[in-house]
Amino acid sequence: MTDTAEPDQISPMLELLSGFIRDLREAGIPVSLSENIDAMEAVRHIPLEDRDALKYALAATMVKNDSHWRSFETVFEVYFSLRGKEYLVGGDEGGEGSDTPDMEGMAQQGQGDGSGGSQMSPEELAQMLYQALMRGDDAMMSAIARQSVRRFAGMEPGRPVGGTYYLYRTLRNLDLDSVLEKLMAQAKDKAPAPGLTPLEERLERDEYESRIDRLKKEVEAEIRRRLVADRGVEAMAKTLRKPLPEDVDFMHASREEMVNLKKAIYPLTRKLAVRLARKRRHGRKGPLDFRSTVRHSLSYGGVPAEPKFKYPRPHKPEIFIIADISGSVAAFARFTLHLVYAISGQFSKVRAFVFIDGLDEVTSYFEGVEDISQAVHRVNTEADVVWVDGHSDYGHALEVFWERYGKEVSSKTTVMILGDARNNYHASQAWIVQEINKRARNVFWLNPEPKSYWDTGDSIVGEYGAHCDGTFEVRNLRQLEAFVENLA
Amino acid sequence: MDYRFESVPAVRQGLADTNYLADDGIAGVVYLADRLQKPILVEGPAGTGKTQLAKSVAEMTGARLIRLQCYEGLDESKALFEWNYKKQLLRIQAERNSEGTWSDIEDDIFSDEFLLTRPLLEAISAKDPVVLLIDEVDRVEIETEALLLEILSDYQVSIPELGTVVATQIPLVFLTSNNTRELSEALKRRCLFLHIDYPDMEREKEIVLTKVPGITESLADQVARIVRSIRQLDLKKAPSVSETLDWANTLMLLNIDQVTAQDATDTLNILLKYRSDIEKAAKEFSTNAAEFAGQS
Ligand SMILES: Nc1ncnc2c1ncn2[C@@H]1O[C@H](COP(=O)(O)OP(=O)(O)OP(=O)(O)O)[C@@H](O)[C@H]1O
Ligand SMILES: [Mg+2]
Repeated sequence: MTDTAEPDQISPMLELLSGFIRDLREAGIPVSLSENIDAMEAVRHIPLEDRDALKYALAATMVKNDSHWRSFETVFEVYFSLRGKEYLVGGDEGGEGSDTPDMEGMAQQGQGDGSGGSQMSPEELAQMLYQALMRGDDAMMSAIARQSVRRFAGMEPGRPVGGTYYLYRTLRNLDLDSVLEKLMAQAKDKAPAPGLTPLEERLERDEYESRIDRLKKEVEAEIRRRLVADRGVEAMAKTLRKPLPEDVDFMHASREEMVNLKKAIYPLTRKLAVRLARKRRHGRKGPLDFRSTVRHSLSYGGVPAEPKFKYPRPHKPEIFIIADISGSVAAFARFTLHLVYAISGQFSKVRAFVFIDGLDEVTSYFEGVEDISQAVHRVNTEADVVWVDGHSDYGHALEVFWERYGKEVSSKTTVMILGDARNNYHASQAWIVQEINKRARNVFWLNPEPKSYWDTGDSIVGEYGAHCDGTFEVRNLRQLEAFVENLA
Repeated sequence: MDYRFESVPAVRQGLADTNYLADDGIAGVVYLADRLQKPILVEGPAGTGKTQLAKSVAEMTGARLIRLQCYEGLDESKALFEWNYKKQLLRIQAERNSEGTWSDIEDDIFSDEFLLTRPLLEAISAKDPVVLLIDEVDRVEIETEALLLEILSDYQVSIPELGTVVATQIPLVFLTSNNTRELSEALKRRCLFLHIDYPDMEREKEIVLTKVPGITESLADQVARIVRSIRQLDLKKAPSVSETLDWANTLMLLNIDQVTAQDATDTLNILLKYRSDIEKAAKEFSTNAAEFAGQS
């Protein structure tokens, strides 16, 4: 069947694969049995030393959703980081097996004084880094990445420290920000007479930044290889696991995760909109309305000839969003506003109010704009939400809302209140929520904190929740999407 | 069983010969699809070469391309096969006066002669090598996907009146999707998955060089760099490869060989479709945006 893999190589590979697939599943990627079998079949056709081909083969057979790619990649790197010709580490030699090619690689570049990399001074290394980035020399960059991890990361066997710590230490020593500025200064010097135009400058910067990104990836990869060599695949698969974007906690997203979340929101809203449109179209007929059918059957002499159906959505609701946009919950408010406005066609009207300790209506920011994310950005920068000190004061914000807008809440209004209800020990004014609910069709409270934290410390979500039709934990896109879909 | 492709690099080279610039991921999945005899589900943003990939693979392997364009409301009679009722009726009328029993007539009118073959059946019954392209599969209703499942896993079509038509040769099958809705698990399970994203700068430059006649290396380079910069902005819709190509062609027509910020700003409407995106990019191109506005 196969001509690329020797029979005796297959069984350790299959063993590795089954561990790998187990970890994919634990990371939340659904891998069915048939996909599992496909993956095993696929690796028989791939030359085992070709890491990239292996990666694409495994992804093609088991990862059927692009937003799962990052999680897949992390597990893959952990499992297969020690594979491939340049990284082959002998069974018990640990990560040091890869020392020699490094040094040779560097010497071949003709850099330094020829005395070999181990004697290189930090200045020489910095100089080499600068050269490598200026030329965009990938081979040299990866050699430097390994060298600098060895030197600066301070990795010691058995130390229970995560990869980010080592990454931070290494990058701090490389001081890439000032390297970038040096590269830019050099580019400006070299440019002929009137100098770089803003466009040219931007293009130069983008190029160097993309090289620096490549270097960072190499550094990360080297750290991962060493961690895996030290602590073993299984332990590291657990430590380094990345949640899927839809499972990332709004409140604790790293910068990179935030970027991925922002990317995920567009396809998500598009799909949600299509689903809702379809629901409206196909769902025009509700369940059989028994009483109405019987009543009409009288005109057919009691034969229920013409079944009558209930129309589940007689009119579109009006939505009021009242959102805390202070520090830790700001991201949650942003995503919720984005999602609700993206499907605002499903509602007769959407109005948005944001607060910290003061409250401001921001509905107009969203009117007639093409780009919801821009409106959301304005909310964060322009809304007038600080009253005294800029610490959340739900009680006061609710007072202002009630006073200014309370009368506009009607039996068609669904009110969504967004926040962690951490009130800094101010007065709760929970009676206002009760009053709002008397006027409104529904009042829901959406809390981005895990349920287990509710009503601990200064969180008083229970006090407000008592007057709502429902309190929901909404920590991630998955939960948010589910809530919004039910709303429409 | 003979394989179509020797190796991943061979696929990549073969595609390059048809002017399709693949990366290792794309070439790798095409290679694997042949080896595992599985369809490829190609997904990604608009205009990144999903449809073209199927066409180029057909060209490269010397196969005939059979295309099923999907749309909302597509059904069995347009995708698989249909009986030619008119012709059947005519035959029934013609036979009325003859000796034959009804079951003879029935056998007769439900035979190949009265079958209208639609793309899926055509691909399965083809005797010559074919590539089947099921384009924009996300446009059909999720229930309609069921029509595809038998073909995708068993390369066969069941016709109640005739029996099962089994492929004599396994075609390469491509399905494309713009991901406007989630496809069913059943469909995804049967396919290899390939996400084609915007190409990196180097590959985009190569694409421009191969697809835009007469363009200079330095202009292609500039085009690719500027497009890369634009894609880094937070946009409603990033420029696609086809928009990059349109833009490069426009620059050629305007006899521009060195793109200035002003040139770029003037032609941004070719790369970007939303007003807010155009404004955003124009602002990024010149830190002196305020001055420009003041002059005009
Ligand atoms: N890798 C590539 N090599 C050569 N040409 C390419 C490549 N990618 C895209 N193109 C060109 O870009 C254009 C758009 O490609 P194509 O129509 O296949 O996109 P698509 O992904 O199918 O888009 P849509 O989602 O809108 O259907 C075509 O002219 C194609 O030739
Ligand atoms: Mg297409």
